[in-house]
Amino acid sequence: MSANTAVAEKYRNNFLKEIEEQVEMGDWVKMCMQCGVCSGSCPTNFQSAWDHPPQELFMMIRAGKREEVLTSSSMWNCTSCYNCIVRCPRKIPITHIMHGLAEYAHRIGMAPKMQATRFFSGLFWKNATHTGRVNELKLSLGLYFKDGFVQGVKNGMAMQSVALGLVKAGRLNVLELFGGHKCKDQKGIHAMLAKAYEIERVRKAAKMAG
Amino acid sequence: MTEHVATNETILVVGGGISGMTAALEAAETGKNVVLVEKNPALGGRTSQLYRYFPKLCHPTCGLEINLRRLKGNPRVRVLTLAEVSGIEGSTGNYTVSVKVKPRYVNENCTACGECERAVETMVDDPFNYNLGQHKAAFLPNAMAYPQRFVLDPSIIGTPDADKAKAACKYGAIDLDMKEETIEVKAGAVIWATGWQPYDAAKIQPYGYGRYKNVITSVEFERLSDIHGPTGGKILRPSDGKEAKNVAFIQCAGSRDENHLRHCSRICCMASLKQTHYVREKFPDGGKSTIYYIDIRAIDRFEDFYQKVQADPTVTFIKSKVAKVTEDENGNPVCHGVDTEGYKRYTTAHDLVVLAVGMEPSVKGINIPGHIASDSSGFIEADPANGAVFGAGCATNALDVNRAVQSATAAALRAIQVVNKVAKAEA
Ligand SMILES: Cc1cc2nc3c(=O)[nH]c(=O)nc-3n(C[C@H](O)[C@H](O)[C@H](O)COP(=O)(O)OP(=O)(O)OC[C@H]3O[C@@H](n4cnc5c(N)ncnc54)[C@H](O)[C@@H]3O)c2cc1C
Ligand code: SF4
Ligand code: SF4
Ligand code: SF4
Ligand code: SF4
Repeated sequence: MSANTAVAEKYRNNFLKEIEEQVEMGDWVKMCMQCGVCSGSCPTNFQSAWDHPPQELFMMIRAGKREEVLTSSSMWNCTSCYNCIVRCPRKIPITHIMHGLAEYAHRIGMAPKMQATRFFSGLFWKNATHTGRVNELKLSLGLYFKDGFVQGVKNGMAMQSVALGLVKAGRLNVLELFGGHKCKDQKGIHAMLAKAYEIERVRKAAKMAG
Repeated sequence: MTEHVATNETILVVGGGISGMTAALEAAETGKNVVLVEKNPALGGRTSQLYRYFPKLCHPTCGLEINLRRLKGNPRVRVLTLAEVSGIEGSTGNYTVSVKVKPRYVNENCTACGECERAVETMVDDPFNYNLGQHKAAFLPNAMAYPQRFVLDPSIIGTPDADKAKAACKYGAIDLDMKEETIEVKAGAVIWATGWQPYDAAKIQPYGYGRYKNVITSVEFERLSDIHGPTGGKILRPSDGKEAKNVAFIQCAGSRDENHLRHCSRICCMASLKQTHYVREKFPDGGKSTIYYIDIRAIDRFEDFYQKVQADPTVTFIKSKVAKVTEDENGNPVCHGVDTEGYKRYTTAHDLVVLAVGMEPSVKGINIPGHIASDSSGFIEADPANGAVFGAGCATNALDVNRAVQSATAAALRAIQVVNKVAKAEA
């Protein structure tokens, strides 16, 4: 370690180190110069759901605000529009870091439980890996009923005309609710996923070990 | 064209801006013979296109005038204008340089009486004013031009306008038969002082330069403020000629940006701080400046200059690189972004947006004949592999005038050492 890196190391708090090790592309966070272009370019920043634009999240990481960052819903709101990446003067892969942060918060159980994107992602994953095919009807119903039965019926009613349109166009089959179509080799798919989990686990353990 | 007797004890200086003029004069005043090659029809370079000079806010003409006086008094400097180097051969102490000289169509007899200008009708873009305005096709490049000699724009050659100009000249100064020629110059050392060019602002897509008329560059703002400029020194915005009292400056427009120029252009913070003075001077009541910045880099001893501007109630600083510029229904440019101090979103309309564009070396893209080492931004580096070709001024880095002059003096010293050695070897 050169003298310079040794000095810099002092200022790298534990949380920044954790992000660098655990989060996809996390080692870019320290390159942010807080210019503000990503925040100003982010479409989700128009919405009230957006607590912290990417630039602010990066600053919070450097300030060691672990709890606030990992429980934040901000990174879950990223739409992957890539506006920030194309404009960032430092060419920081912001979109990937946003998803990396969300993934890490989820992995260690700190992500906000009922955050809509996270909830939907979980539902989608379960749905898709179960049969090897996405059952759109079950998926949307699952999402509608996320906030309880009453809200679910309301959501369903609001979407009624869209659903009927889809049925008419042959894009939605009501019979899907009972079983639905699936892949031929479901066992094979499950085995493949188990292997993928295994590889990922080994890789992360190796990374942690340094 | 007069013969140029140059030997390998001669120093060739390429570029007649403040750096090239300084290097040429420093060398000539120690008794060396110098050939100064400038591609424009007049010397002075980019500094002659500024309205005022930081830090003292004096007119650039005074600095230029001193150099021109030194130049007129020194027979050892030969100035070639409308001339560009097209090839260099040889090595340290023994170069042969080809110089392409474009026709001016006006010879030494010109008294700058201006009759030809009155006679000619064709108008052409005026590059001295960054094409914000036009001038006649027979013109003096600028009020301070050296040489004080008119030029005919090549577009009128062969048209009746050229004949009108010739007929109007009482001094037999117009020569329509001049042709482009290439001459050879011998030199022992070469000083490369070709300066900088503003980064092409149209490449910064979200800022709308070229799409929105009221988004201009910092160099254009200098011309709008100058009484010799296209608006006679009034800050009027291009779309409707309205007084631009509420001016936004966007810093690092193209600099410190991996998508554009990697380097900090170093002078543009100072340039914008200086330009807030123009706004206040032109609009003593109601002038307003807003500087959007990442951080203010008032290099070196200029911190006090910055502090004075900070204390000015008509100037607002917003710590944020603007994300994008749009235009509202009144033609006002609107800045969008998030203020880093508090992470609040803003959408603010101004009368005019000035992009503090970065400095790009002019050498980038042009082929310096021979092999010259340059850094990742294209600035010439000091490298033994360059032989006796020495960079000076903004060809070597983004510099203010003070540092450009220092760099030019250093280059002159290196060149003098080379030709001294040649002289000793020949004695
Ligand atoms: C908006 C703005 C405001 C500024 N304000 C200030 C200020 O207030 N104070 C200050 O100290 N500095 C200021 N600067 C910086 C200043 O402009 C530079 O320091 C200065 O121009 C450097 O001079 P130079 O001779 O190195 O280059 P230049 O001025 O660029 O001169 C180079 C010369 O070389 C010629 N040339 C180019 N290529 C060739 C070629 N191939 N062959 C022959 N000739 C060639 C050009 O025509 C030109 O005449 C400002 C810069 C900007 C962008
Ligand atoms: S655009 Fe890039 S450098 Fe600027 S604040 Fe965002 S991440 Fe940081
Ligand atoms: S990619 Fe995500 S973080 Fe980046 S601008 Fe788009 S929504 Fe915002
Ligand atoms: S070219 Fe002739 S007419 Fe034109 S300014 Fe010179 S002397 Fe006067
Ligand atoms: S001097 Fe200022 S405006 Fe220019 S590139 Fe550097 S920080 Fe940006």
